[in-house]
Amino acid sequence: MKVLVCVKRVVDYNVKVRVKPDQTGVDIANVKMSMNPFDEIAIEEAVRLKESAVVTEIVAVSCGVAQCQETLRTALAIGADRAILVETDVELQPLAVAKLLAALVEREQPQLIILGKQAIDDDANQTGQMLAALRALPQATFASRLKIADGWAEVTREVDGGLETIAVRLPAVITTDLRLNEPRYVTLPNIMKAKKKPLEVLAPAALGVDVAPRLKTLKVNEPSQRKAGIRVADVDTLVARLRDEAKVIT
Amino acid sequence: MKALVLAEHDNATLKATTRNVVTAAGQAAGAVDILVVGSACAAAAAQAAGIAGVGRVLLADAPQFADGLAENVAPQVFAALDGYTHVFAPSSSYGKNVLPRVAAQRDCAQISDAVAVLAPDTYARHIYAGNAVATVQCADPVVFVTVRPTSFAPAADGGPAQVEAVSAVADSGTSRFVGRAVAKSDRPELQGAKVVVSGGRALGSAENFKLLEKLALRLNAALGASRAAVDAGYAPNDWQVGQTGKIVAPQLYFAIGISGAIQHLAGMKDSKVIVAINKDADAPIFQVADYGLVADLFEAVPELIAKLG
Repeated sequence: MKVLVCVKRVVDYNVKVRVKPDQTGVDIANVKMSMNPFDEIAIEEAVRLKESAVVTEIVAVSCGVAQCQETLRTALAIGADRAILVETDVELQPLAVAKLLAALVEREQPQLIILGKQAIDDDANQTGQMLAALRALPQATFASRLKIADGWAEVTREVDGGLETIAVRLPAVITTDLRLNEPRYVTLPNIMKAKKKPLEVLAPAALGVDVAPRLKTLKVNEPSQRKAGIRVADVDTLVARLRDEAKVIT
Repeated sequence: MKALVLAEHDNATLKATTRNVVTAAGQAAGAVDILVVGSACAAAAAQAAGIAGVGRVLLADAPQFADGLAENVAPQVFAALDGYTHVFAPSSSYGKNVLPRVAAQRDCAQISDAVAVLAPDTYARHIYAGNAVATVQCADPVVFVTVRPTSFAPAADGGPAQVEAVSAVADSGTSRFVGRAVAKSDRPELQGAKVVVSGGRALGSAENFKLLEKLALRLNAALGASRAAVDAGYAPNDWQVGQTGKIVAPQLYFAIGISGAIQHLAGMKDSKVIVAINKDADAPIFQVADYGLVADLFEAVPELIAKLG
């Protein structure tokens, strides 16, 4: 079984981004970039499926600027077999990425497509669902457990009220939640090996996809800042303040 | 302009957040209809019809909609799109699961988790874990939006609007519901609660979270947790508050033993009053707290419960 895993290059989750003074976006010059954490979980899950002999080949895909090759090398070091970069300098929005991935799914014919549930930069949480719609595939989003058997994937999903388990017929799209697994650390020998694995670079036009943005960002602002309040000396003062000043308890 | 709101419900009861979505949809498009997709869900449809400002309620009632599978619900929404300029859903796990599927099928973008309607085609939404607010404009023929319910007031009672049955799309046959493990709790629902008591890694064990339950009981509060506490197995996943968990904005939020990573702040910083209890005086949570108490939670929380009476 072949699995396609999609990875995005994002600002590292430890970086606190700054809004540019001209309000055109956030300043990501000279900022540490990493693989989107949810996508790391996606690639780890694919590697575990390969280790348990459910999966035979893992293809990692990324869409974006040339530097996404670094993200794909990380995916290869975790255990992907080969990689595809759809390279463009155009700002890619979820629908465009879903269309690029849909074209690659058509070409590669994977049984399973695993993506992170959301990217920690735009926090959109759309691409997996959109890809599933474009290919008319079933989806299991926000997965915290995945089991493959008899042409179906049984997936436990993290939903608002707790956990829900559904079964989806393969081929299917899975999006990962935090508790699906804990990604392994990449070792130096695997980083060296990853450098020799194949990485194909394509242009969006080669897949026949128009990636022009549909949403226009008019401006990006700082959020309204909360001011730090006061330190209270003890529980008595806290209770008194909540009761008499904030009036939020009785 | 007319908006279609996808109602969230459990067939018997309409989720209260549907009212907040109706408010947002009304601000964007003026006229609002509601689509209820479910099985034996006439009661939920009747509740939807009783919301002020709703023109009509479309009801798609069939067994294949019982468990809200996206493969069945999304085509039903798609089938209802004719005549609508906007489609709204809550940014809950249900709305997030279904709406992008409909938008992509219609070849339209989606605006996720909008926090303000600025114009019919222009919305504000948070990016980078709430560290920036983007104003985005959509030029597509149908504007698809999921909204953050806590950012909009709930629509009042009104109506009743007319309920019209619509024909159901067929079962996709590509997915099926297996089971649900929904925690039974007497506590209010996290996203609608007026008071939230959240614990972090400093609680140290699931057993110790029981201490917070006592406080929550006294305050009629919902229980929440930081990602660290959930990952450590101290609290169930559906308690997670933060960028990738639930976004809450209660009247009163207790952050107990939570350091205050930006990812957690993204989920609670719109709370009206924030109380932080942490023994680390330098914890970032104190930078957003209205009332900070530097103390050992295992001493402060029992004392707090006792003094609240």
